[in-house]
Amino acid sequence: MALSRQHEMHKRRFSRNLGLGLVLVAFVALVFGLTIAKVSDDNFAMPTEEEAS
Amino acid sequence: MSDASLTSAQSPAQANEAGFGDYFALLKPRVMTLVVFTAFVGLIAAPTAVHPIVGFAAILFIAVGGGASGALNMWWDADIDAVMKRTARRPIPAGKVTGDEAFAIGMTLTAFSVVMLALATNFVAAGLLAFTIFFYVVIYTMWLKRWTPQNIVIGGAAGAFPPMIGWAAATGGISVESVLMFALIFMWTPPHFWALALFTKMDYDNAEVPMLTVTHGRPSTRRHILVYTVLLAALAIGLGFTSIGGPLYLAVALYLNARFLKGAVEIWRRDETMAEADKYLAERRFFKASLLYLFAHFGAIAAEALLTSLGWGLW
Repeated sequence: MALSRQHEMHKRRFSRNLGLGLVLVAFVALVFGLTIAKVSDDNFAMPTEEEAS
Repeated sequence: MSDASLTSAQSPAQANEAGFGDYFALLKPRVMTLVVFTAFVGLIAAPTAVHPIVGFAAILFIAVGGGASGALNMWWDADIDAVMKRTARRPIPAGKVTGDEAFAIGMTLTAFSVVMLALATNFVAAGLLAFTIFFYVVIYTMWLKRWTPQNIVIGGAAGAFPPMIGWAAATGGISVESVLMFALIFMWTPPHFWALALFTKMDYDNAEVPMLTVTHGRPSTRRHILVYTVLLAALAIGLGFTSIGGPLYLAVALYLNARFLKGAVEIWRRDETMAEADKYLAERRFFKASLLYLFAHFGAIAAEALLTSLGWGLW
């Protein structure tokens, strides 16, 4: 039997990897969205040089 | 790897290898729906407007925190879960996920959810979430559950925190309204679980969990259900007169509490012979009604918040 044949075990591992991949992509999108929401808030101000140091 | 290793029969470990769904099941998705819903209501009932993305993130991190405590609960309670019919198919007793994996996932998600909630909203909400996870895992799961028949009463507090966290995420604080939402779930939990314990008695017996049905007997459990339901009704109706209540909420609360009280009286008046004759019909009906009860109360609070935001709130 060829090595390339899709085994049931591989399908399960693929589902796990795909699931985790999608969760990570969603997390990146969420952090991006949060950043946009925070910087577009009326109360948002860049830290002063003193605060930043 | 040789061809032979692929063509030969799978080893038991491979046959039982977990899929993504098995790891997700560690987070107790059904309990998570309640957490998400009540936290969402707490958030929108709050008098402070929240950016939709921040609100979404807050609910998500509260849900992840709830899921983390579910995974830690499954890690600690794997021995009990294995002997109870209701929980025997959970990922650890089913051999899909190891206890160590569940512990690692639970601890990682705990840290992740608390830190992310603090960054997305504020430290009060994050602190409440951390305390909730601690309460559920350490106070309830590790300590009370196997020690006292009041396990459900005190442990129920853990499930009652999400609307308070949602409220805190929006306002940055705690108020009478958020405490009342907490109290509503806190008082609802005992009759909900005691009704379940009445028709799954053998399960708790086998697992040696000191449920009220096991330690004090069934007539006492029936009395407890009635007393808690009376207290719950007073609280649920009282909440209607606060700033998050209103005529719509009050109408829903009056109807549902009258029905719930009727169910509790019915349970109280029955004995085991009557219950076994109809296979615990009244107890099962009460348990099912309790799910609707909570969702409808919080749904009504959400509806009142919506009406208020449209300028149609009456108080």
